[in-house]
Parts: sequence; structure tokens; C-alpha cells
Amino acid sequence: MASEPPALSLALSQGAPIPLHVSLSVRRGELLALIGPSGSGKTTVLRSVAGLYRPAGGRITAGRETWLDTDAGIDLAPQARRVGLVFQDYALFPHLTALDNVRLAMLGERDEERTRRAKELLARVHLAGLEARRPDQLSGGERQRVALARALARDPKVLLLDEPFSAVDRMTREPLKEELAALHRALDIPIVLVTHDLEEAQSLADRICVLERGRVLQTGTPEDIRLRPAALGVARLMGQTNLIPAVVLDQSHIRCGSHVVAVRQLDGARPGDEVTALLPADCISLVDAGGEGPNLLRSTISALQPLGDVTALTLDFDAMRLRLKVPTREAAVRALRPGLTVDVALDPAFVHVIRRS
Amino acid sequence: MDWPAFSLTLQLAVWTVVLLLPCAVMIARLLAWGRVPMKGAVEALIMLPLVLPPTVLGFYLLVAFSPQSELGRMLAAIFGHAPVFSFTGILLASLIVNLPFAVQPIQRAFEAIPRNVREAAFVSGLSRWQTMRRIELPLAWPGIVSAIALTFAHTLGEFGVILMIGGSIPGETRVLSIAIYDRVQAFDIAGASVMSAVLLGFSLFAIAIVHTLARRKGTASHGI
Repeated sequence: MASEPPALSLALSQGAPIPLHVSLSVRRGELLALIGPSGSGKTTVLRSVAGLYRPAGGRITAGRETWLDTDAGIDLAPQARRVGLVFQDYALFPHLTALDNVRLAMLGERDEERTRRAKELLARVHLAGLEARRPDQLSGGERQRVALARALARDPKVLLLDEPFSAVDRMTREPLKEELAALHRALDIPIVLVTHDLEEAQSLADRICVLERGRVLQTGTPEDIRLRPAALGVARLMGQTNLIPAVVLDQSHIRCGSHVVAVRQLDGARPGDEVTALLPADCISLVDAGGEGPNLLRSTISALQPLGDVTALTLDFDAMRLRLKVPTREAAVRALRPGLTVDVALDPAFVHVIRRS
Repeated sequence: MDWPAFSLTLQLAVWTVVLLLPCAVMIARLLAWGRVPMKGAVEALIMLPLVLPPTVLGFYLLVAFSPQSELGRMLAAIFGHAPVFSFTGILLASLIVNLPFAVQPIQRAFEAIPRNVREAAFVSGLSRWQTMRRIELPLAWPGIVSAIALTFAHTLGEFGVILMIGGSIPGETRVLSIAIYDRVQAFDIAGASVMSAVLLGFSLFAIAIVHTLARRKGTASHGI
């Protein structure tokens, strides 16, 4: 059976003023998170899809519609693209009520229909009863919901979210995230979420695309990006700290300092290659003394930092230092403390080798 | 009380506001968001009447509007008579003199509208015209009201430029401020007092109306 064509497909290319060489496709009902450091081009990609930025070269299609094709001279105006866009600071119309903010996005329809739909959308984002309030009379979370209702009002073909949680406090963020996840399950359109929050991307996205300086470093599932980063930059961006210089010994072993570590895959690296080993927290487990299995190593706890229900440990091996989080309960049961010697096991399936470019 | 002068002053102020406002909105919007070549120079040119002595400006306009000049001949062809020493002439001068008072507040108001609010309107399907009518103009309304108030009040009191261009022809160019000057010159202090008081009262009344309008429009919900 032929695979379903992407609901949103884009290929952008330009050298200046913002370097951009990005190809992406998103399926219906899929949420793709674009992550990357400031200046990596995430927002420019989003603005290009919305028609608010015109790249020097590129092609953007939504289903069967071509929104941009610089070779063919096609560049649809934002009004003609049917995109729902939630701006970073929401960009609500400050002089209009919540209801009118949503109603205005449906100008082509009959008046009664606009009001009915706007009320329905506001109720969907849990704002029933607040229709008559203006943006300055709403909280940050409520403003975000109005922006979301307005973005959905045109029955968009693509939903774009530009750092939608950055302007709300942490307490408000969690319920909003859960609502977005529920909305994502209910919507059958591609969603592109721009964020610099890894946790947000991991918890909401079906796939993550990592951008750096206008280029795609890697696209994959959240687990792929976290555990099997294609480049050192991706691993660092994902907050991985256990990155150890290593040398490939044979098809299933690498040397990290004085330790020989068994690995399941070498990702194309050959014996003798200098690589970087990623030892994510997922691969490290504390084991009781006298245990058996591959990659059993002895280490000393050099630092221990309680972080609420988890405790961060810094483990010193010979010429190797790893960080690990364990439940605070486990730390207490094992009486972990700085200076204590502990045995750890590194699961070969999770040891990931990153080739140096 | 010189009622013809009062009526003429009022006509001049109203026509100045009515004719200048649409132009000022367009110029202000262009300066706020458009790509204007030599924007600084254009802005400086618009601001010039603010800093130029009225007699100097009046002199140059007199020269420019005279039948001997190319512009004067062109204007004469359009209006059927040379604009100097006529109502048309003082109205044209008033439009030029009031340009900074009309453009500046509106430009600042447009500049205060965040770019992404306009972009949100485009993405919501609003055309440029719809965006201007439903988003930009309501948001710039306080600036527009300021422009109306400033232009109106300034025209009521304009003296130097009008005297240079129009002289003091009763019923044609003698506005209230010139009539007051004439009364003082003739040692008719009582007559000057009455006219000054009327001008003062009317100016206050006009400003009060405009500001009440601004407040109402600013706080009312805009039905869409």
C-alpha cells in the first residue's frame, strides 16, 4: 500500500540574511517539534510556512496545495494559506474581547455562525464564561487559550505553535501542556511546535527535528534523538552530559579511559576510530556488590545533590566521570553519600557511539 | 464681535482637519511601517513647519503660490484663481503648516502597534484593508484623536502664515486671530477681549469634545 503523502512538506534554502537549508515533512495528526538554540532558524521556518517570511528559495506544500514554489513563482499570501498560528506572546487584538478575537478569524462566514463557532471554540479551550473579557483582563494561560481558539477558527490545514508556553508560569504550563496533548490527539492536521524546552518537546512531540544554524542536524522520535543522537551537537542540545571520548576496539567494544565497555552497535565506526560514547542515564544502574554481567564498573560517589524526589549523583571512575539521577528513596535505602564506593552496570544496548565528524 | 471672522476660522479649521486627516493617516502609516527611501529626510521635511518661523514659512509659500511661480500658475489653473490672498490660499497654507501636528501623533500610534498583531490579522485571514479598518485604526485611535485636536486647535490660533499668504480680507482671509490683532491695533481692547474670550472658550470646548470622544472610543468594545 502506498504510504500517505505528507500533509505538510517544506524544503527551504537560502544563504542570507538568515542561513536556511531545511527539508521537513509532517503527516496528518503528527506533532513535530522544532528545537534548537537561539538563531537556529526555528521561528523563521514557522514564519515561512505561515507566509510571513519569504525565503530566497524553497517549496512548501500542504496536502495538494502549493503555498510556495520560488521556481514556479508561487507565493501565496498568509491570508490564502489557511494556517493556524499561535504567536510566542499570543498577539491577541488588544481592543477586542476574547469572543471577537476568535470571531474576527472567520470574517467570510455568516455573523450568527461566527458567534456560534467562536463560543464553541472558546468552550473547547475551557474559556466558557470569559467571552466578554479583553486580553488585558485575562491571565497568561487564558490568553494562550484564546490564541489557540483563534488559530483553530479558520479550520486550518496546519497548526503552528511558536514557543506557546514561554509566556506562562510553570504552574500554568503543566495543565496547558496536557490540554495541548489532548487537542493533538483530537486534531487530524499536522502540528509544528517551536520550542527550546527539551522536556516540552519530549513529552508532546511524535517527532523532533533538531536545527542548528539553519540546518537540520537530526529528525527522529524523541527517544531516537535522546538516546541515539546523530551528532555531538544534538546530544549536547538534548542535555546529555555523559559524553566520554572513546576509541573503538572491535565490533562490540570501545575503550573509555582505562575501561573497556561492551556496546551493541557502532553506528558505522570502525576499529581504531576515535569516537564519543554517550552513556545516557538510561544505561546506568546501581548494582549490588558481587553482581555479574557485562560492563560492571566500580566507581566512587564524588557528589550527591538532592533534587526533590530524585537525587543527582556524580560518579567518578578511573579517568571518567558520569552523572546519574536515582530516586531519592533509593539513595536513602542504599545510604548513598559522597566518598562511597558503588558498583554500576552499563547496559550495552543503550551505550551509543557518536562518530566524530 | 467679528462673526464673519469667527465663521471663517471655523471653516478653515474644519476643512484643514477633514482634508489633512486621510493624508496624514496614509503618510503616518507609510512612515511607521513602509519602506520609505531617505525616511529621515522625509520626516525632517514634515517636521519643518514646527521649527520654521511662521513669517519665513509664510514668505516662501507666498512666493511659491504667486502667479509668477510655476506652482502658482499650476494652482491657478486648478482653482481658477491664484491662491494668494484667498481662502484657498490660506487653506493650502494651513494644510502644510499642520502636517507635523497631524502626522506625528498618528505615526507614533501606528509604531506602537506590535508587528505580530498585524501579522496575526493576516494569518487570521484579514486582508490589508480589513486589517487597517478593524485592527490598525482602532488601535491608533488615540493618536488620531490627538492629531485632530492638535490640528484643529492650531488652526484656530494660526496667525503669521495666514497673514503672509492671505492678508486681512474680511470674509475671505481675515480669521479670528487676525481680527483680534486688528482690534488691538485700533485700540479696541474691549472688542479684542470678547473675541479672545470666544476663541478661548471655543478651543476648550473643542478639545473637551475630542478627548471625550477618544476616551469613549478607547474603552468601548468594538463590535466586529
